[in-house]
Order: sequence, then structure tokens, then C-alpha cells
Amino acid sequence: MAEDKHILSILVDNEPGVLSRIAGLFSGRGYNIESLCVAETAKSNVSRITMVTTGDTQIVEQIKKQLFKLINVIKVNDLTGKKYIQRELILIKVNAKPEQRAEILRIVDIFRGKIVDVGLDHYTIEITGDEDKIAAILNLLKPMGINELARTGNIALDRLANNNVN
Amino acid sequence: MELTGAQIMMKALKEEGVDTIFGYPGGAVLDIYDELARTDIRHILVRHEQGAVHAADGYARASGKVGVCLVTSGPGATNAVTGIASAYMDSIPVVVFTGQVPAHLIGNDAFQEVDIVGITRPCTKHNYLVKDIKDLARIIKEAFYIARTGRPGPVLIDIPKNISIAKAPYNAPKKISMKAYSPTYKPNVKQLRKVVSLIKKAKKPVIFAGGGVVLSSASTGLKKFATKTCIPVTASLMGLGAFPASNPLWLGMLGMHGTYRANMSIGACDLLIAIGVRFDDRVTGKTDEFATNAKIVHIDIDPTSIHKNIPVDTPIVGDCKSTLSVMNDLLTEENFKGIKKKRGKWLDRIDKWKKTTPLAYKQEATIKPQYVVEKLFELTKGDAIITTEVGQNQMWAAQYYHFDKPGRFITSGGLGCMGFGLPAAIGAQAASPKSTVVDIAGDGSIQMNIQEMATAVQFGLPVKVVILNNQYLGMVRQWQELFYDRNYSSTDMANAPDFVKLAEAYGAVGLRAEKPGEVEAVLKKGLASKKTVIMEFIVEREEGVYPMVPAGKAITEMILV
Repeated sequence: MAEDKHILSILVDNEPGVLSRIAGLFSGRGYNIESLCVAETAKSNVSRITMVTTGDTQIVEQIKKQLFKLINVIKVNDLTGKKYIQRELILIKVNAKPEQRAEILRIVDIFRGKIVDVGLDHYTIEITGDEDKIAAILNLLKPMGINELARTGNIALDRLANNNVN
Repeated sequence: MELTGAQIMMKALKEEGVDTIFGYPGGAVLDIYDELARTDIRHILVRHEQGAVHAADGYARASGKVGVCLVTSGPGATNAVTGIASAYMDSIPVVVFTGQVPAHLIGNDAFQEVDIVGITRPCTKHNYLVKDIKDLARIIKEAFYIARTGRPGPVLIDIPKNISIAKAPYNAPKKISMKAYSPTYKPNVKQLRKVVSLIKKAKKPVIFAGGGVVLSSASTGLKKFATKTCIPVTASLMGLGAFPASNPLWLGMLGMHGTYRANMSIGACDLLIAIGVRFDDRVTGKTDEFATNAKIVHIDIDPTSIHKNIPVDTPIVGDCKSTLSVMNDLLTEENFKGIKKKRGKWLDRIDKWKKTTPLAYKQEATIKPQYVVEKLFELTKGDAIITTEVGQNQMWAAQYYHFDKPGRFITSGGLGCMGFGLPAAIGAQAASPKSTVVDIAGDGSIQMNIQEMATAVQFGLPVKVVILNNQYLGMVRQWQELFYDRNYSSTDMANAPDFVKLAEAYGAVGLRAEKPGEVEAVLKKGLASKKTVIMEFIVEREEGVYPMVPAGKAITEMILV
């Protein structure tokens, strides 16, 4: 069966150990985590985990059921195939020799990014976007020489007006 | 009024109806033990913490209540892990209290500190570290609620020493409601109607019952369902007793050591109704070739069990008891007249399998282990609570002790944990003092928790231990015989202690039979005793358990005797 990428939005109790339960479930059962992002929601006792995972249909079904079986998991929403907004923030430290700077500025401008730090021979760029946009800018900056990279992982919300308590 | 943590714990336990705890004291739980001595809760002091959890497991299965254990921090907690894992695999409701070092020392590698909540996360249904005395009563209540509801399982509560001393008013909630936990009990009736129409169409249906039927006390409903629809019933190891073995529709156990007719009927059936099972690999054999001709209906309270190992045509999430009750109501609306006649051909075919290839052994010059189990069945009139160790002894018990009632067969099914039987028997005997409780053991397994003999004797629990002594780790030896060219690597256990003398050393009764003619007399004498007894039977060394499905083969591909 084909392995598909799924983006899961998971509401959990905001307590110590919950992330470990989820990570343990994935490692114990041999599931994949491609990216993971956790933070408090508008309610301080609830956190949202946005997770990108891959697997065939049967595995992804199991993942969702196993997640929901955890006592601290309140809701599991598979956004794949639904209408949703997805973003990732990325910081890129790129070589910026004087002759490259104009080109880099143009690229950053096109992608509505920001230069957030400047050194003698580097820029640090902040870009927010969906998967395609991030991939595109990385592709363009690669020839300049990327020194370091930090990404937040995906976060996402569906487009429904009122989906749940949070 | 303010109570100490230990007092809060006792009050909550009393409210939960706890009358027996299995445990072992230590530094981190001294205050709890101090308070426990002031209550009327019976504490059974085991000799190893693994025994405490197995005993609580046996207690839970024999009584239908939640089993409780109490152990100290560090090694006390880690020793309990095997017991917890076994209860988790078999979905047994147990609450385990572990002591923990004082909160300010947690994370400091303190004396007898271990992160037991971290260690047991994957083998408990849920676990807690109590950080605030104000949460203690609620957590205990939640733990019992989680352990016994939905698909049951063990819950662990880790209590730092300072929490058992700290004071707070008793504030347990009257009713437990948890926003993220509400198991589905009621089945989808539309799905059940589909099942009814499948039953009407089916020519060769089979019911496959599992531990879920036993756990939800659904046996009466199952019997009604099978009788009404005239469908033969098989069961997993955990499901033995869910359907009476004396019923003509009974097929015997399914799986690696299942009966010929049960395994063959799975290969041939056109409808398989699985109730409270999880399709363990020991049951399915090669999954691609499991019930390939059948539509599969799967009823289980745990949604993760469904579609996990076997693709299912009609999934139904619900409690076995509620589901069977709704199903039986639907059936009364239908006309099942003449159903017996309609099933005639199918039942005849099964009967032929039973006649040509029954479970069998030949009793010759040396004692056959099957003979001992069969005699035990006869002498106890099938009414004993049987616990087992793991290996050949477990399979012979499953094959030759025929269970008519649920809750009479207590075995470590999922984890397959040697050393389970004796402490589980102690727990079962504590729950059911009037029952005859027998641990069917091998000479290997019994030595894994033999120290619990002292517990049984100290607390006047007259469990009977039947040791089928073949001086081998018999099941491993059998695999070596069949699949490793008889290379008996490290399975010879010839240097066992003298079990009769050992029994006597513990203050129990020791008996031995060496010849077939002595078996009955030894069993009679042992069963009649009011004391804890070990009965040792020197059995045929290289007897095997058959039928046997080699690992990875289809369950219809059995090695017969």
C-alpha cells in the first residue's frame, strides 16, 4: 500500500509526561514522526500537538486510534484531505558576500521574508510559509551556501469556523 | 478535617470496596503501611513484588473486582513491572501503588529512586505521579475508574513519601468524569442488523470468543446467541470458559495449539463472528491465510483492536455484554426456525473432524502430563479455578481441563509470563476461599516464583500446585526438537530441587507420583488436604503439545501427534 503523509492536529491535556506518552507510542509501535510541534492553546490546560506522520491507510488509522486511546488525548483531527491552513517558520543562516547581497535581498523580498540578523559575511533570514514555499526558498538559497537552518515544524488549523472547544 | 496522604489513600480504598491488598513494604511506603495496619484491609505479604502484581491479577480475575497492590520505590517498583505488563496484555483491572522518594529528591538519583512512571508508560493503561496532596483522592478514584471501565487494564499511582505524610482535607469527587476518556459501551444497532442478515445468509458460520467475553461477563449472552443461531463456538486461550466446553456447539480452543476441528473450521467458514478478541498472532498464524473464505465481524470495546491484525468486514465497537444483549434482542425479531436443520451439513463436517482427529495421547509406562490434567479435571468435576504457568503446562491445561464457566481459567495469555501461576493462584484463593484453586505448573516455571509458597502457607491459602516435571523447559525443548534438529541448547533442567522436601521446608504438604498408577491417589490426597500442597508428577520427558501450528504457517497447517 502507498505511504501517505498525514498532518494530525491533536488536542491533549497540558500536563507533564503527555508528550512522552505520545513519543513513546510512536517509537514503541514503530510509527514515523516527520515533524512535531507542541504548544498551549487558548486554554491553559490544553495543548495542541501538530504532527506530520507517514504510513499506509491501515497504519494511519491505527495511529489515530492509538493516539485517541491515550487517556490524556482529547481529540485527534486528521487534516489531510480537509481544508486547512498550514505554516512553518524557518530561520536560515546563509552566506552573504557583498556581491551576493542584492540577490539574496531580492529573493527574501519575493518570499516576503525578513532579514533578522546581519554579519560580515552572512544574513539570517526568517521565512514563514507552507511546505512548498519553504522548499522553494531553500532551493533558491542553496547556491549561496546555507550555513545553518532551524525549522519549527508544521502547525496547522482547519478552516472550519468553530470546530471544538478550543 | 485534614487527613494525611496515607489516611486519604485508605479512605479512598475503603470507598472503592477494597478488602485485600498484595504488597511488600519498604522505605518509601512506611507511612502508608503504618496507616494500613490501622484499617481492616487484609494485607497479603508476598515474597517478591512480581508475585504481588500476579496475585492481584489472579484476585481480579477470580473476583471480578479491581486487584490492588502496594510496593515500595526503586527495586520494589521495577520488580512489579513484569506483573504489570502481564496484566496489561491480558486487560486485567489492577491498581498498583508504588512509593517514590520525596518530591524534592526526584531526579537526583536518590536512594531507591526510579522513574517508574516513565518505565511503565507503555505497559499501563494509564499512570500517575502524585505531585500535590490535593490531587491524591481524585487520582485514586480516577485510577480505579480507568482500571475497570472500557477495556480494563492496570493503572499505576506513584506516591512520593512526602505526599503520604502531607495533610489535606478529603476531597474525592462523587462521580468521575473525564473529558478525554469515555469508552463506547453501546453498539451501533445498524451494524448489528447487518450481522443478523449475514448470519441468515451464512452456511458455515463460526463464533470466535475471547477474553473480552469473560471480562464483561457476557457468557450468558454468548450462550444464548450461539444457541439461537446454532453457530459453533471456538475461543482464544483467554476466552476459555466464556462458552461451556460441555456444550455440543463447542469446538475447543483455536490457534497454535488449538483443536483440529477449531482450526479447520476457521479455514472453511464463510462467516466469522469474533467477539472480544484481538487476533493475537498465536491465534491467527499466517494472517494472509486466516479465514480467507469468511466475512469477518469483529466486536470489541477497544477500537484499536479492530483492523489491527486482520481486515474486518463489519466492525462493531462496543462492550461484549451490551452488544450481545442488543444482538439477542434483534434475533428474537427474526425467524430462526429450522436453523438446526440448515446447519446440519456444517455441524456434521465439524463432527467428522472431531472424530478423525481428536485431542489425544497414549498413556503408557511413564506418566503422560495430559493424563494428569485429565484426572485433575475428573476429580475436581471441572469446578476448580485453574491457574497456569507458561509453556507446555499451560497448553495441556487449556486442552484437557474443560471449562464450563468463565473466571475459572487464569493464565498469562498475552505476555506469556513464566512464574505467573503460583502467585495468581494465591490471589484467586484469597478472592475465593471456598474454591479449589490449582496451579498447573512445569518444573521450570514453578521455580520462577517458588518463593510465594511461603506466602500461601503464612496466610493459610490452601492452593494446590501440580508440577508436571519433565526436567526440561518443555516448550522450548519441543521447538528445538521440531525446528532445531533436537539441539537441546540450555533446556535441560535435570537439577531441580526435591519438590516434596521443598514443600515440606515451606511448611506445606509435598506429594509425588512416579508411575501412572499413583496419579489418582496423589491427586485425591492433595486435593483433600486443607493445606497448601505441591504434587509433583514425574512425566514423560519428551512429550509434546499437539496439534501444533509452526510459527508463520496458516492455522490449518497443523503438525499432529
